[in-house]
Amino acid sequence: MATLEIHDLHVSVEAENGPREILKGVDLTIKQGETHAVMGPNGSGKSTLAYSLAGHPKYTVTGGTVTLDGEDVLEMSVDERARAGVFLAMQYPVEVPGVSVSNFLRTSATAVRGEAPKLRTWVKEVKSAMEQLQMDPAFAERNVNEGFSGGEKKRHEILQLELLKPKIAILDETDSGLDVDALRIVSEGVNRVRETGEVGTLLITHYTRILRYIKPDFVHVFANGRIAESGGAELADQLENEGYDKYVKGGASA
Amino acid sequence: MAEAQNIPAGSTTAGSIAVAAESTVATRMSAPPSFDVADFPVPHGREEEWRFTPLARLRGLHDGTAVASGEGVKVEVEAPEGVTVETVGRDDERLGKAGTPVDRVAAQAYSSFEKAAVVTVAKEAVLTEPIRISVHGQGGVAFGHQVIELGAFAEAVVVIDHTGDAVLAANVDYVLGDGAKLTVVSVQDWDEKAVHVAQHNALVGRDASFKSVVVTFGGDVVRIHPRVQYAAPGGEAELFGLYFTDAGQHQEHRLLVDHNTPHCKSNVAYKGALQGQDAHAVWIGDVLIQAAAEGTDTYELNRNLVLTDGARVDSVPNLEIETGEIAGAGHASATGRFDDEQLFYLMARGIPESEARRLVVRGFFAELVQQIGLPDVQERLLAKIEAELEASV
Repeated sequence: MATLEIHDLHVSVEAENGPREILKGVDLTIKQGETHAVMGPNGSGKSTLAYSLAGHPKYTVTGGTVTLDGEDVLEMSVDERARAGVFLAMQYPVEVPGVSVSNFLRTSATAVRGEAPKLRTWVKEVKSAMEQLQMDPAFAERNVNEGFSGGEKKRHEILQLELLKPKIAILDETDSGLDVDALRIVSEGVNRVRETGEVGTLLITHYTRILRYIKPDFVHVFANGRIAESGGAELADQLENEGYDKYVKGGASA
Repeated sequence: MAEAQNIPAGSTTAGSIAVAAESTVATRMSAPPSFDVADFPVPHGREEEWRFTPLARLRGLHDGTAVASGEGVKVEVEAPEGVTVETVGRDDERLGKAGTPVDRVAAQAYSSFEKAAVVTVAKEAVLTEPIRISVHGQGGVAFGHQVIELGAFAEAVVVIDHTGDAVLAANVDYVLGDGAKLTVVSVQDWDEKAVHVAQHNALVGRDASFKSVVVTFGGDVVRIHPRVQYAAPGGEAELFGLYFTDAGQHQEHRLLVDHNTPHCKSNVAYKGALQGQDAHAVWIGDVLIQAAAEGTDTYELNRNLVLTDGARVDSVPNLEIETGEIAGAGHASATGRFDDEQLFYLMARGIPESEARRLVVRGFFAELVQQIGLPDVQERLLAKIEAELEASV
């Protein structure tokens, strides 16, 4: 069973006046089949956690370990992490002009699976995944993220999640900027992947709204660069009622 | 209509649209056009038309010290039926009809060549196979002149391939009869030491269509000057270009579309990628819409993708409009760095770095390559782009 173990993770970014520590000792273990929601106020370091796990060059790991089934994730390049089974659905996916969605999906599936998918089954696979996400077939011929609406970008991210079948899926604010219909469609996509029982999900969000569609097994409150409190789904209800105030003011520095 | 974005250090993008003002195209020339090299002073490098060019690397083409050697270049023409290929002397009256040299090197070429090649496609002949012209450098200095003339309603594709090593200055004339359709692909695939300076003159007849594709990969210094004029209304010109500038190379493309006649169209699109220390690409796009050229429709675009540090781009679109009665006119120039966020996004989907770079660069050129409309040329270009990228990774 795949397990991602994050232990005492410290991460800095280069700021104007030298390096600034953003993650200050994160401990978290995610097992295949589990869904963890990480919730926290803006600027708490949630997205830094997501991008650090994926290996974004902007973030420097200054301490701690991250392993996937015992393998050192921090030693891996960005593409190696993806091929090892770590997937990051991005909050702001970038445009890649001149590269069509269909070319991109196939290139990435080939890389992750280690061989080119058979054309016939691949076409069906993409088509049915797109239908379930209510994406127009013409979408496949557009350039990656070019001129996509916010909702289209998020559907495209979840389409990749469904096709690449990672061991660990990190969803960075996938709910932000979505209307209720799009949120439902995107959540259903995530749930289809979760229902296979083969993915561990790290759901990073500011709002509790998405948790109505995607039920977490664990909820963690993120504040000031570390996990301030962990609990079950009931912790989300508490956050819904009380907000993050107590973590921002006192709790986080404890 | 002008835009400039993402400009990395080491690049300049300057655009201007002048309306009924003094012509900067005219004032940037050191001397009026002439067939005689003596009418041009030796450039010192600060003249507007020479300021981007490394004169010291022109191997004497600009100052008269380059002298033709016996083994300059070997020109071979492979033409299908319906085409006449002749080698003619300097006095042949078909030479120089499409345009006059506008700088000293072009005039030097015109003053120095001994024999010219004249390729004629008969009236109404529609070729199914391309005319292939091979210009192979054999290490010497050469001055060349070529004429490609299409009779009325003739249709032809010409592929001119430049390979080997040479110091070459040349003028190429394209003369299109009424309703003729000509596509010319000029590939500069020189060895690394070659120096190539050329002026391409197109004279587009009534309702004729001219498509020029200039592809520059090789050489030490390549400076190509494609120019278009219209002989009568209804003409169309498409000028496409693609370059891949490596470390130490200077590749310069200077375009002029002279809308001197009403109801003509032009569309210019040049794209280049640069990599390596002191890779230098220059793009000058001059479009004139003269007072008589009512109903003109024109657009020009230059895009550059800088793949590594140390490369430099100078991109100068320039549009001069002397009549308001036009269908459309615009220009765009942008130089962008290879985007680390694009690389991260693709790699985060398991795609290795070298393949991610290939995807992005191929994507950058893809749309332009598709517009060429010649499948075998397109495939060759894509393969060449792949090879350039392989060399860098």
